[in-house]
Amino acid sequence: MWDFVVDRRGQIAYQAFQHVSLVVQCVVLGTLIALVLAALVYRSALATSVANAVSAVGLTIPAFALLGFLLAPFGFGITPAVIAVTFYAALPVLRNAVVGLAGVDRALIESARGMGMSRMATLLRVELPLAWPVILAGVRVSTQMVMGIAAIAAYVLGPGLGGFIFTGLARLGGANSVNSALTGTIAIVLLALVLDLLLLLLGRLTTPRGIRV
Amino acid sequence: MSDTLPAPSTPAAPERKVSGVPIRLEGVTKRYSGQDRPAVDSVSLDIAAGETVMFVGPSGCGKTTLLKMINRLIEPSDGRIHLGDEDVTSQDPDQLRRRIGYVIQAGGLFPHMTVGTNVGMVPRMLGWEKQRVTERIDELLDLVGLDPDVYRDRYPKELSGGQQQRVGVARALAADPPVLLMDEPFGAVDPITRQRLQDELIRIQLELGKTIVFVTHDFDEAVKLGDKIVIFDVGARIVQYDTPEAILAEPAEEYVADFVGAGATLKQLTLTRVNSLELRQVTTASVGDDAAEAVARARAAGDDFVVVLDKRGRPISWPTLAEVSRMSTVPPTVDERLPVVGLGATLNDALDTMLAASQGGVVVLGRRDGMAGVVSIEAIMEAIQRTRQETAG
Repeated sequence: MWDFVVDRRGQIAYQAFQHVSLVVQCVVLGTLIALVLAALVYRSALATSVANAVSAVGLTIPAFALLGFLLAPFGFGITPAVIAVTFYAALPVLRNAVVGLAGVDRALIESARGMGMSRMATLLRVELPLAWPVILAGVRVSTQMVMGIAAIAAYVLGPGLGGFIFTGLARLGGANSVNSALTGTIAIVLLALVLDLLLLLLGRLTTPRGIRV
Repeated sequence: MSDTLPAPSTPAAPERKVSGVPIRLEGVTKRYSGQDRPAVDSVSLDIAAGETVMFVGPSGCGKTTLLKMINRLIEPSDGRIHLGDEDVTSQDPDQLRRRIGYVIQAGGLFPHMTVGTNVGMVPRMLGWEKQRVTERIDELLDLVGLDPDVYRDRYPKELSGGQQQRVGVARALAADPPVLLMDEPFGAVDPITRQRLQDELIRIQLELGKTIVFVTHDFDEAVKLGDKIVIFDVGARIVQYDTPEAILAEPAEEYVADFVGAGATLKQLTLTRVNSLELRQVTTASVGDDAAEAVARARAAGDDFVVVLDKRGRPISWPTLAEVSRMSTVPPTVDERLPVVGLGATLNDALDTMLAASQGGVVVLGRRDGMAGVVSIEAIMEAIQRTRQETAG
């Protein structure tokens, strides 16, 4: 297996980069979408429960099925991969953002409004910073999850390490087939750990000292 | 910006300084859908500039709702609200609130911002220059008795409940608003801290002369802090609106008498303030002074203790002469149990403080927490005797 890795180090590095790049971009996009949705729904109890239901149901849709559905309108390639990965990335963040925003002490919001902060300013300067640790926990969950989902996106010929896994599984019994699948899997796990570590660091850097536990 | 505050060096003016504006409520009403009786039923009230008016009444009587309609955190269903000459009923609420200080229980400080950032919030929203905001933060922390160098960069969770509440008051005063609304601000702190915060508010109000509307369910607090008291019944019906003295002497209805409670003679004690007594001037020494010299001065003055002041002139301990003479210089030890009250404290508070500290006297704080003098238990007993004789006769 070592020889396999050494022989293809260029290709592996390139696919690893593609994989991480797909995941990071989709998580950023998914987080932004989730934050906007959360900001729209968290003040209404009804909309909040709808959002929670959507994120719970959405996570039960098998990734394969979703990718299959996306093939029809978008064909093979990067577009269905990005849509699917972003979809799954947004859901845990949405759930945590709604919970985090709902958990902000009402007295602080009243205090902010009482000193003349607009609704928008209250959201940006008080509610989001206070909910940030919870939101970031959601981002971490979603990053771990979509590292795996991005591998499945190789099914629709999306970029990334999933290619190694699918090629290996397709030629099971052939030369290097197990090596190929293992390389893809192990690389994804390692990269997921590295990304999680980076997110942990981001959390340390972006959580204000006053609310760190 | 110091033009809006008295310069620290000017002696207390004999007449009260007024920087507040009058508030006028006309038929202010709040109806909630699904309730047959309005929460606040057509309240009209005139509050004079620079006065502290206390809203008291049972819970659910609408006093907090009425307070929140003044800064329109709750929109009135009907009626007009005037601040000074302005009708603010239909003004942009965010702009309006930046001109009204608002203090809630436990201060409502933002935990993710430093004390300084919290205090500088409204001035920054009003677009003050950075330098001016920084100066203002230090000035206000100083005003509420917190050393800016120590507390400016701390986070709220690193402060005690009383300190958080002080920062809350500083934040509300930051943009020098003419009106201050306080919603049971001292409800969540222990009795001793509450009493100190009350003293402090009296002192600050004496310096600034804002128009303060203060909601409380504690009648003693209302008597102590209020120039006027409004007693509410359900629907925010005004039962009596008068000075504490008048309400205690002549409750308008049975309801008020019940609310005021029995023992009104002793209640008069809460009307007599420490500043009406003659304060005893005692020997003071600064941290680091020569101990022997301080002892000699105290002996000459006939005192058996000295009050130690820190570098900002605030009393920190009162060791006996025996204790001091054992040292070479006056020690910087802070006595956490040193009994102190403000000039505006009531005799009740002073007695309470002495009993809690098991001391026969109490140090009285004046401007900016400097020492004004000492009151002994004898002086208080004498005042009690006098008051009782007066009320009896």
